[in-house]
Amino acid sequence: MRKRPFATLALIVGMGQAQADDALAPFEVVGDAIARPLTGAAGDAGRGERLLLDRRRSLCLLCHSGPVAEPHAQGTLAPGLGGVGSRLSQGQIRLRIVDMKRLDPATIMPSNHRIDGLERVAAPYRGQPVLTAGEIEDIVALLVTLKE
Amino acid sequence: MAFVLALVLALPCAGEAAAADRRSGSDFMAPETRAMQADDMSNPAMLWVADGEQSWHRPEGAAGRACATCHGDATRSMRGVAARYPAFAEATGRPVDLSGRINLCRRTHQPAPPFASESRELLALTAYVAYQSRGMPIAPPQDPRLDPFRANGGALYERRIGQLDLSCAACHDARWGQQLGGSVIPQAHPTAYPLYRLEWQSVGSLQRRLRNCMVGVRAEPYAFGAPELVDLELFLMGRAGGMALETPGVRP
Ligand code: HEC
Ligand code: HEC
Ligand code: HEC
Repeated sequence: MRKRPFATLALIVGMGQAQADDALAPFEVVGDAIARPLTGAAGDAGRGERLLLDRRRSLCLLCHSGPVAEPHAQGTLAPGLGGVGSRLSQGQIRLRIVDMKRLDPATIMPSNHRIDGLERVAAPYRGQPVLTAGEIEDIVALLVTLKE
Repeated sequence: MAFVLALVLALPCAGEAAAADRRSGSDFMAPETRAMQADDMSNPAMLWVADGEQSWHRPEGAAGRACATCHGDATRSMRGVAARYPAFAEATGRPVDLSGRINLCRRTHQPAPPFASESRELLALTAYVAYQSRGMPIAPPQDPRLDPFRANGGALYERRIGQLDLSCAACHDARWGQQLGGSVIPQAHPTAYPLYRLEWQSVGSLQRRLRNCMVGVRAEPYAFGAPELVDLELFLMGRAGGMALETPGVRP
């Protein structure tokens, strides 16, 4: 069992700034998974689907394909998300969305819930993770239902 | 042994397209967009080229000199020039790109106030000058004074930036030909600038394109004219050495 020191640190540092208020949720990685929801509660698969379809916000479909949108506008840089719910457990999916770099530092998949170690982040995004804890839980709730 | 070593040294670095496998961005375009670029009557960027031709002959500044006053017939004097830019500028001790070179002439030779970055006038003159090299192979200058700047451009190309933490190389060397959302990732050869981009509904410079890619990974883009952008241009032109110039291009 490992606690993630940066997440906790960022949380403390972030408390002073209004916009970075609770920017990062603390979480616990066990093996290659984060078992517990970042928000302490399950997300909403319907909201997760809307988020996935909003490519400019969630970005997932820039790289992945998924059984949720027109195929020609989807990415081919990553494995399809169809069937991910049978391949991976809920906790494994959560860690991959939160911070794939823990599993492979060379991955191109953005660490969606991490703000350290980045260079030249554009002003509107500085100190902000790609996705909030709630958004990640909504997407997790959707992905676990993608069984094939 | 020596042979194996030579082979290893000759291999391109991770995923970078070998010389024979280099492809212009136009190779990845839909047939309609390719046709639009190929036909001067339908290529919207030709309007900028025509504007540039007019400015070439227009006297400007206190001394009332036109570009043509000193450079004469552009179809002769400017032939092949764009193929070897960015080049080292004595005046600044740094590389300067073609637009920057034109503005140096505006300031010091005409003399007249330099054009603003991305202004219609500057794009038009740059497109007109670059058009004189259409079809010619890109010929990066063998000038050792450029080496440190080209190396810096290469380092910027490899550096992960932005909230998405991606390098240019991650897309353009390792994943060209694949799809990012609805767009095919090209190899990032700057063979056709300035060019008309359908998304812009306008002609834009290579620097504008580079800034777009930086914004795409949610990075703070360098300002127009920043040395980092010129260094990147220099690196990219070196990487595209020998490929044919297509200015003025069309892109989606
Ligand atoms: C910049 C490209 C990119 C983006 C954006 C991206 N991913 Fe990924 N993702 C990858 C790649 C590439 C992999 C394959 C593993 C690797 O190479 O690290 C991957 C792997 C995964 C996996 C594991 C899949 C499996 O079958 O093992 C999941 C789950 C996943 N991504 C979910 C997401 C979600 C959800 C989003 C949006 C919030 C997202 N990804 C955004 C590139 C991306
Ligand atoms: C996430 C992937 C990605 C990253 C990272 C990226 N680009 Fe791009 N780039 C693209 C795509 C996709 C296009 C084509 C866009 C289109 O045609 O709509 C493109 C286009 C270009 C072009 C235009 C090529 C042409 O034919 O006109 C150049 C040059 C370029 N990029 C350079 C860069 C540089 C330099 C960087 C790093 C600062 C960079 N890119 C980072 C995806 C990327
Ligand atoms: C008073 C004469 C004069 C005028 C007017 C002038 N230039 Fe120049 N130009 C030069 C000289 C001289 C050079 C060589 C570099 C230097 O000494 O600055 C040059 C260099 C150039 C180059 C680089 C050529 C190469 O081989 O690298 C370009 C491109 C250029 N000029 C374009 C223009 C344009 C476009 C205009 C009009 C806006 C213009 N010039 C106006 C004198 C002039």
